[in-house]
Amino acid sequence: MSTPEQLIPADIDLQETESWHLGMLRTQAHSAIAARVLADLADQNDRLMVLTADLGFSNRTIEFSYRHPDRFFNLGIAEQNMVSVAAGLATTGAIPYVATFASFLGLLCCEHIRTDLAYPNLPVRLLGHHAGISLGYYGTSHHATEDIGIMRSIANLKIVCPADAYSLEQALRQTVDVEGPIYFRLGRGREADAYLPGEAWEYGKISVLRKGTDGVLFANGIMVSAARQAAESLASEGISLTVADLHTIQPFDTEGVLSLIEESRNVFVAEEHNTRGGVATAVADAIIDARVDGVKLVRIGFPPDEYSVIASPYQLYQYYGLDAAGVAERVRTSMKA
Amino acid sequence: MTTANLDQLRERAQFIRTETVRLIEIAKSGHYTSVFSAAEILSTLYYHTMSISSDPKWVDRDRLILSKGHCAVGVYPILADKGYFPTAWLDNYARIGSPLGDHPDMRKVPGIDFSSGSLGHGLSIGLGMAMGLKQQKSPGRAFVLLGDGELNEGQIWEAAQAAAHFQAGNLIAIVDRNGMGLDARTEETMRIEPLADKWTAFNWQVHECDGHNLSELVNTFDNLPSNSDKPQVVIAHTIKGKGVKYMENSRLWHLGYLHGADAQATIEEIIHYEHA
Repeated sequence: MSTPEQLIPADIDLQETESWHLGMLRTQAHSAIAARVLADLADQNDRLMVLTADLGFSNRTIEFSYRHPDRFFNLGIAEQNMVSVAAGLATTGAIPYVATFASFLGLLCCEHIRTDLAYPNLPVRLLGHHAGISLGYYGTSHHATEDIGIMRSIANLKIVCPADAYSLEQALRQTVDVEGPIYFRLGRGREADAYLPGEAWEYGKISVLRKGTDGVLFANGIMVSAARQAAESLASEGISLTVADLHTIQPFDTEGVLSLIEESRNVFVAEEHNTRGGVATAVADAIIDARVDGVKLVRIGFPPDEYSVIASPYQLYQYYGLDAAGVAERVRTSMKA
Repeated sequence: MTTANLDQLRERAQFIRTETVRLIEIAKSGHYTSVFSAAEILSTLYYHTMSISSDPKWVDRDRLILSKGHCAVGVYPILADKGYFPTAWLDNYARIGSPLGDHPDMRKVPGIDFSSGSLGHGLSIGLGMAMGLKQQKSPGRAFVLLGDGELNEGQIWEAAQAAAHFQAGNLIAIVDRNGMGLDARTEETMRIEPLADKWTAFNWQVHECDGHNLSELVNTFDNLPSNSDKPQVVIAHTIKGKGVKYMENSRLWHLGYLHGADAQATIEEIIHYEHA
């Protein structure tokens, strides 16, 4: 295994400019937290392993490899093989963490996740990073706007979508011993902190981040920050929203979600996913199953019958109304209607 | 290594075939010929080669992944015979609520090392097991029974590449080279030859034998290197439907149902079959 020094040529110094190379991502990406947390956990637990498919620099699992070279496996660009290998490893007592783009896990490896991980209920953890449209102009092949819909229909599979570095760390630490497979849906890793110091994050439970009286806004992933900011600006206009992070999509916190809907029938769901089949659909399922009457559900997400235009990630969020201004506008319009 | 009792292995192969006919009659459809081509392979693995115990969860055991999961009906009688579950389970094969279905479920059937059915996955699974066992310094090995038509699946070659890269010498693939898929001969549907050259090119150590000749099978498995850095593949040349003349090399019997007198006559034929 090469050392970091060998991997990152010393004669390239871009620190004074806006230029960057892969070796610098570790100073930018909070997704690096995953590698560090997993390496810490692996210090205490020899069952932990990390697998990636030639994306160690992108997802920073390379940093795990420096600390635990014997428990890091780079499977090359062969994602389906990687998922099945992880299943085999898990049968021998390992807890493999498998990291690659969410688009490859959620779509390319869908059947392998169902048949090799979920059906035998093995403790493999999938780290699907750069979910949603966060890869911007890298394009639709690298976007995952369908993965929650797919994963949500697979029995035994847990789905967790952390909003920032803090909740990602909590998510990893709290789920080491959870039975069966987990799909962690991660962003690009450069998102601003969504949680304030001292705010709690509990696996399987929604986090209520703000209380209001006019409506309830559920969000997860990158949309949590947008939702909080939207709620702030709407408050100054006299619209008072509850904001909750619906980070654990499976198992679904039906009780927590319905208790907030009980307080207000104006329900908004903001997600970086197709509005068909994602978190809004999960909320709708809960509403229908519990026969809650009079709910006005507004889905804020990616249009389900389109593929993305080309733009940088933050231009895309703006274009599709998946930023604070876009969320606020949808809420404002809906409340006036 | 115990001395092989070839008569016992022959009798067990016959048992695998007759039980397959009996069980499929209960279910009313099943994969006869895919079991029959593998009967001697399964007999040799379970009754001679593999290091297994009365505890199907023994951590240092050799594993067998039925990557061609549709041969499970021939494996269930072996597992019952090993005492992993009551033989009465066989009598309700594939009936509602039975743990035993056409494709095996590791969560329901003691002795099944991995659930299978979707072709192309098993070699990767076996590689993961081999890597895990190696890491734990376990003597356990991972055997993977592959169909030859299954080798059309791209993932097999992803796993082959990775197994050589990770020097998984404790991974043993067995190709049941019966020459046929469901529709036709493998070389008509999608050519896989030159097969030995392909495995060699992927940096595997290749062994070939007559997959119905018990003495050859025993010798091949006995002579697998114990400390190789190379994964091992045994290409076992077999006949699809072997042991029942009217099924041999027939494309009609990949799936079928033998009822009553037909099943009985077929069992009689299996018992009196003259093996070369």
